[in-house]
This record gives sequence, C-alpha cells and structure tokens, in this order.
Amino acid sequence: MATPPGARPEPKPTPETAHFWAGTAAGELRLQRCRPCDQPYFPPQPFCPRCGSADVEVFRATGSGTLHSYVINHRAAPGFTAPYVIAVVQLDEGPRLLTNLVDVEPDPDALPLDLPVEVRFEPAGEAAVPVFRPRMP
Amino acid sequence: MTSRGVAIVGAAETAEIGTVAASSLTLATDAARRALADCGLAPGDVDGVASSGLHPYLPSLVAHSLGIEARWVDATMVGGCSNLVHLRHAMAAIEGGQCDVVLIAHGESGRSGIGTGMFRPPPDGWQGQFELPFGTMGPMTLLTLGALRFLRDRGLDRSTLAQVAVAQREWAARNPRALRRDPITLDGVLGAPAVAYPFTRPMCCVVTDAGGAVVVTSAERARDLPRPPVHVLGAGEANGAAIASQMPDLTSSDAFRRAGSAAFASAGLAPSEVDHAMLYDAAAILPLMALEDLGFVPRGESGAFVADGRTAIGGSLPVNTNGGGLNYTHSGMYGMYALQESIRQLRGEAPAQVDGVRVSVTHAIGGMFQAAATAILGVEPLGG
Repeated sequence: MATPPGARPEPKPTPETAHFWAGTAAGELRLQRCRPCDQPYFPPQPFCPRCGSADVEVFRATGSGTLHSYVINHRAAPGFTAPYVIAVVQLDEGPRLLTNLVDVEPDPDALPLDLPVEVRFEPAGEAAVPVFRPRMP
Repeated sequence: MTSRGVAIVGAAETAEIGTVAASSLTLATDAARRALADCGLAPGDVDGVASSGLHPYLPSLVAHSLGIEARWVDATMVGGCSNLVHLRHAMAAIEGGQCDVVLIAHGESGRSGIGTGMFRPPPDGWQGQFELPFGTMGPMTLLTLGALRFLRDRGLDRSTLAQVAVAQREWAARNPRALRRDPITLDGVLGAPAVAYPFTRPMCCVVTDAGGAVVVTSAERARDLPRPPVHVLGAGEANGAAIASQMPDLTSSDAFRRAGSAAFASAGLAPSEVDHAMLYDAAAILPLMALEDLGFVPRGESGAFVADGRTAIGGSLPVNTNGGGLNYTHSGMYGMYALQESIRQLRGEAPAQVDGVRVSVTHAIGGMFQAAATAILGVEPLGG
C-alpha cells in the first residue's frame, strides 16, 4: 500500500516535556517519578498526578516492557507505509506508552499480547521518537 | 439533581442524511426547524440554545439563523456526547428557572465537509507529542486500541466484534434511512477489508452528513404541546483520560462508568429496568464496553450477551435499533442520532419499533474516551 504524501508528524516539545524529547534525542527513554509516592508517571508534567507534589525527578527508564494491546493500521498516516502496528506498551516501570512495534511482521501471529519488547529510536523530523521491537531473551 | 419535570417535546433529524448539499449550520437549522414544527413551537418561544462542533460560537450561529434571542447558552464541546451533556445542563437550567424552552441543535457535514473545519491536534499537545507521531488516524486507531486486550482478557476473539456488526445490520435492514442495509454474515464481516486489525470495514462506522435537534421544556408545559412527551428521568456526564492511550484500563472506560452510574442514580432506576439502549458505536468495541460499564452485564459478559442474541431483534435488551453508527448514520458526533432513536422508540414511531419500550438509555462517548454522557428517558415522568 502506498505511503501518503507528507512527513511523519513531528512532536513539538514544551517546557514540561523537554526532558523527554532531549532524552529520546540522546537515545534514552526518560520518565518522571514522584519522590514522596515513589511512583513513576507519564505523560510528563511538573507535579505528581496522584498526590500533587512538585517534588519530582527525571530518571532513565530501562526501555523494556511488554506488548499490552495494538491495532494493525491499514490506512496509512503521512510518513507511514501500511500496514503498520500502533501499540500500547506496558513499561516495566509502570506507565504505558503509545508507540509503534517495529522489526517484526505486522501479523497477529507474530504479535501475541504480553510479548516482551524493548525500545529503540526513530527520527521524526528534528525529533527522535521511541518505538519498540521484540526483545530477545 | 433530580429530573422530575423535564421532557423532550420536539425531536427531528434532517430531511436527508448521507450525502447532503448543505453546510453544517444548515443541517443544524434544518433539524431545528423540524423539531420546532414537531412540537408546534416557534423560534420566538425558545429562550435557551445549545449546540457544539468545531466552531466555538455555534449556539450564536444557530440562534442568529433562526431568529432566537436566548437567555441561556451552552456550547459545551466534549465530542460526540456533547448533545447529551447539553440535555443534562438544560435539565438543570429549566429546573432552576434560568430558561423555559431549550433548543439543542446539531448539524455536521461530516462526509461532504461543507462549512465545517478540520480538527488537527496541535503538535505540542499530549496527543500531538505522544500519539500522532506514531501514525494514529483518529477514531479507528484510537477507539480500537484496547480491543485486542479486551477480547483476550475475556476469553473472546474478534468474532465477537463481528457479532456486534451482524446484529446491528439486522436492525438496519428494517430502517429505510440506513446507509448500510444489505445482510451480512459473521464470515463476511471477518473477511471484509481490514481498517485497523482486528477491525474490518463493517465493524467501523459510516461517515455521513446529518443533523438532529430536540426541544426541551418542563413536563408541566409539555402537557399543552401536541406530541407525547419523552421524560428525561436521569442523566450523567464524566471526563475520561486526556488521551486514549493513557486510560487506566484500556478495556473499560471510567468515563462510561461514572456517567452511567450518575444517570441511573439520578433516575432511581437499575439497568435491569431498561427496555432499550442506544450505545454509541463508532466502532464495534464501544457497545461491548458500554454494556459492561453501564452495568447491563457484569464485566466480562458482554461478548456472551451479544452472542446469545440479547441485543438483537427479539432480544431482552434491543441495542442500536436504528442500525447504529455502523450502519445508519455517523457525521462525526453521533450522540444526537442515538438520542433521536431513543425518542422514536419511546414514542412508538421507530422504523424498527420494539414493543413496549417504556425506558430507554442513550449513552455516548466524547472524543477518544475523553468524555461520556448518559441519559435515561421514559414514557412516564419520574415517580409517575
């Protein structure tokens, strides 16, 4: 199936999300953690979504997780060639990310739920975005 | 808030649905004029206006076009459930004496794109940063995200999604206005072209131009009007996760649960007392989630409920009897059309009329699970 015209949509960081996108550009998946709750959270924001504390820190996530759910999209978005996998990955640290599953056939037989996955990064304009591939044991 | 005393007295859809040579505004005002004619009222009788879409001042546009001078305005825009939220707000406004007669009008040139905008999430919002760069394409890639997890957790497979589509197509076959009316089989649905696996085309809604409107006033005033009133027994509204992928549970909507329980609590009714339900279906997963989240069945049992024919013709809880968004019409924000079918069923004038509908539930999603609203409607007034 053809790739529609246009480039892959590029994320535009804000002051609140700058650490995340600086991380992906450096090949790291960075999350935030509330120190009082000792709980990681996502999406990025300057205070804890549970307790409201601003005592939060940025840390490097392992980049490892599991395939929580997905669709195989057959109507390509700009910058994509259909079919491709839009997935929700459950990170080992707790938060979930919407992402793409890559380096694997877009075939349900190759994509059992809870499949172990690991992060790698792909360019999207000036930015790098986190995508995931099956993790080798 | 109780719903003692508020009724829908006029209701109508646009003369045409599907592909219509009219702007979104004209679709809204066409439906509004028909709804007013339905109850024998004139624009001068209306003192409250609600409408929403991509334009921020739609109530002003609708009122200007019809010559209405409103003292109550609601442009609440929370996607496809907006008109049900307007209905709930109108109940409070009428009961509180802020206005007497509310017109809720919706029009959307969803297929032809006449006089309408295109919503594009900004690249620096959460959706623009954390969903769009991964090739999401709106409803069929976001409403559908949790479906495989939903099916797996419940021991189901995608044939359950096909069963939803087949049951609703049987309803659509009885509705001359439905866009998709040809019979379909389970195998036919499963083998149809993929949109976003596990969803094939018959599991995804049609895209149309359409409009609808209702007129709401006190039950007391309704007694002097020509049509049988449809009483608003209860309603609920709720927010959901900011973006679909951050729902705490991809297989159940907290917005559905909270809107539904608020509606049932305000009506003083239980799901078992409902005769008919309209459950917003942009994609075939949504009615399954709504059956569970509104408490019609326990969590995990929606698949068996549909497979047993309980939502189909002759079933104990007829669902989406206009054919649903999958078959009938879906202009982008479907809540108004779900509401119209609940009203038709309660008035006894639906194309696929179900016998003895006394209580009907209309439930709608807003955005990509970002909001939800539920209305419970009845032939008799609350406590009556």
